[in-house]
Amino acid sequence: MLQILSGALSLGLLWAIVTIGVYLTYRILSIADLTVEGSIVTGAAIAAVAITRGINPYLAIGLAFLGGLVAGLITGLLHTKLKIPSLLAGILTLIGLYSINLRIMGRANISLLRVNTVYTFFENLGLDHTMSVIVIGLTFVLSLTGILYWFFGTEIGCAIRATGDNPQMARAQGINTNNTIILGLMISNGLVSIGGALIAQSQSFADIQMGIGAIVIGLASVIIGEVLFGKRNFYSRLISLMLGAITYRVIIALVLKLGMPANDLKLFTAITVAIALSLPVFRSYFITLKKSLKKGE
Amino acid sequence: MLDVKKVTKIFNPRTVNEKIAIYNITFKLQKGDFVTLIGGNGSGKSTLLNCIAGVYPVNAGSVIIDGMDITNLAEYKRSVVLGRVFQDPIMGTAANMGIEENLALALRRGQRRGLSWGISNKERELYKEQLRILSLGLENRLGTKVGLLSGGQRQALTLLMATLKKPKLLLLDEHTAALDPKTAQNVLRLSDKIIKENNLTTLMVTHNMRDAIKYGNRLLMMHEGQIILDIQDDEKRKLTVEDLLIRFGDVSGEELADNEMLLS
Repeated sequence: MLQILSGALSLGLLWAIVTIGVYLTYRILSIADLTVEGSIVTGAAIAAVAITRGINPYLAIGLAFLGGLVAGLITGLLHTKLKIPSLLAGILTLIGLYSINLRIMGRANISLLRVNTVYTFFENLGLDHTMSVIVIGLTFVLSLTGILYWFFGTEIGCAIRATGDNPQMARAQGINTNNTIILGLMISNGLVSIGGALIAQSQSFADIQMGIGAIVIGLASVIIGEVLFGKRNFYSRLISLMLGAITYRVIIALVLKLGMPANDLKLFTAITVAIALSLPVFRSYFITLKKSLKKGE
Repeated sequence: MLDVKKVTKIFNPRTVNEKIAIYNITFKLQKGDFVTLIGGNGSGKSTLLNCIAGVYPVNAGSVIIDGMDITNLAEYKRSVVLGRVFQDPIMGTAANMGIEENLALALRRGQRRGLSWGISNKERELYKEQLRILSLGLENRLGTKVGLLSGGQRQALTLLMATLKKPKLLLLDEHTAALDPKTAQNVLRLSDKIIKENNLTTLMVTHNMRDAIKYGNRLLMMHEGQIILDIQDDEKRKLTVEDLLIRFGDVSGEELADNEMLLS
């Protein structure tokens, strides 16, 4: 049991980075950005290819980040300059990335067994694989949280937040909302690619299919984090995202343990997110129901 | 100051839904003018304002502010010289951001936004001082999310944001129409005070004849996409609602039947 939980914790920490990326577009920019499903693979692919060619794993993560920035840039340009609706822009980039990711990898998957990854250092110190992932994952999540907390407090960060909150007002205050949307999408997908690079190294392979459902997993983690751990201020929100991603992994580990076939996982996740997203509808329905019942008395 | 030359705006041109919103409008504002713009529904007054603000591109004509041709300038670039308050109190502020964060966004209008901190401590004093002018007690609630404020409070805050960096032209688009009568009067009085103290050139759209007569030094009336009346200074000071109705009838050849314009 403890092994299952620590496995869920390690995976949750890596997915927390993806979750933060999804949160930036979904909550701060109010865009559901499907690019994520492609950029997570792009990150994994770039890192895997770089590492197998002998490039330093940390540098490989940096390259993965750059790849994610470009993916976000493309979706941003499609959406802002070419006026394609954000959902469709994301889908177009995602489909295009499938071919690009195959080009980067040269085949459908790359093994990372018996090569040095970011985790190797701690494994050599005597930690087991899961513990090394937890240490690295926690380090990455906390430092990225710190950087984002700083960034969204700066003038540019405030401009991005204002754009997502009220684009009309942002333009009236002299903010070029096209640029802020593009920048937001770039940062989001850059983070998702970092997540992909770390996930690939922890599972010892990069696979062209590994992005399927990433946006839904990200959304599930965002919502779980908000519901369970609150959303008072920006800092506490970033922490709840991390906790949400871990909780999601714990839930998945538990339902698998209870005997749910692994093939049904995506359906389970989709239903969970659908219910979570529709909670406000149910809530208002119950409130009106309660009121009408009271009147009936 | 503001020079609007032969501006025409047609929605859905060359389709069955074609609508000529404003046609060949020309007028000038002098520096320090406080102009009220009145007209019935669909007369084109909001379209005119939005054409000046750059929300819609114009089909013909030009808009010049202080010698600078802004006709083809993007909306966000024009806001360097424009301050705007919208009809809907929700439109002018970012609901999920604090009062001070909203003001900080407004203070940086027209400046390059960099990686320095979004709000400095020095600014907070300025915000408190400015919020005190509103006498709504907002100066003690700098961190409060704007979404928690009432419509009147949000509109007063938007007004402050629009004038925090002195704009060359202040555009008020029926900014009291969504408020209850008492709050509307408070916001109007406040607008008048801020405009006078800073000698701001202002174009205020309103539905309300009384307000259009009471405030400002000049009144423009629009009808069917044209400016049909231009009443200034002394003449405006003596103007009554009855005069305005008669003169509207003379110019347009129609009876003014729009109840909304007769309100109050």
